[in-house]
Amino acid sequence: MPMWSKILVAIFLVIMIVKLWPAANYLIKHGPKGSSDDWKAAILPILAVVGFVIFLIFMVRG
Amino acid sequence: MNRFESAVIRPQTSALATNKVLKNTYILLSMTLLFSALMAGLSMTMTVSPGMAMFSSLGAMALIWLALPRTQNSTAGIFVVFAIAGLLGFGLGPMLSYYLAIPGGGRIVGTALGGTGLVFLGLSGYALTSKRDFSFMGGFLFAGLIVVLIAAVANIFLAMPVLQLTISGAIVMLMSGLILFDTSRIIHGGETNYIRATVGLYLNIYNLFVALLNLLSAFSGNR
Repeated sequence: MPMWSKILVAIFLVIMIVKLWPAANYLIKHGPKGSSDDWKAAILPILAVVGFVIFLIFMVRG
Repeated sequence: MNRFESAVIRPQTSALATNKVLKNTYILLSMTLLFSALMAGLSMTMTVSPGMAMFSSLGAMALIWLALPRTQNSTAGIFVVFAIAGLLGFGLGPMLSYYLAIPGGGRIVGTALGGTGLVFLGLSGYALTSKRDFSFMGGFLFAGLIVVLIAAVANIFLAMPVLQLTISGAIVMLMSGLILFDTSRIIHGGETNYIRATVGLYLNIYNLFVALLNLLSAFSGNR
């Protein structure tokens, strides 16, 4: 990847960070807080996805 | 009320209106995914250069930032969604050609595609049937995205394979969380615009697929 294209992609990613920043800031400060039950209900399916990805990795390794 | 506030302050929407948004989102999402796949196929047939693919993807990002906010409340927004999906699909061409050329590449691409579909269906189904409100995850997910983006910017210049894999792993988890978050926002009336909802879910699926492809090819031992 030539240096100019690396710099161009980096600029776009930095713009993305700048655009996401107010949303992240707002949601951290004013977003609803989840109970431990809520977090469990969210983390369990994400852990299931992690397990599924590990399964897929073993599958492609044969 | 801006779109971040809508994640916190829930407008009163009827179940009928919510179902309409959900139905329109899934119809538009399936059509844009199909169009994206067609454009990826076209890009592979044309043996597009990685440079052109990069401009195609950056063009899609520019449309998301500049054209989507101006058109999301009109029918023109539908054309913008297709343009975004088309450009992102077109940008995938060289990457898919590369993976398909390596030994066992067809299996890796197929597994990543099927895996992405199953993860999306599973998580969307979970959010829809559990009817839980996942809006509390917003701050955590957006902060996580910013951390991943900072790491991605650093890795453009560092080019560390371990960091690349860590980023891909984090993207898989973040996109999974965002599928729950975005679907829950539609169900609970936090997102009432199906054009914006489609772009959100499309980007979750796109990023999940690319990250999964990267992880599977790295661990397959064929790259």
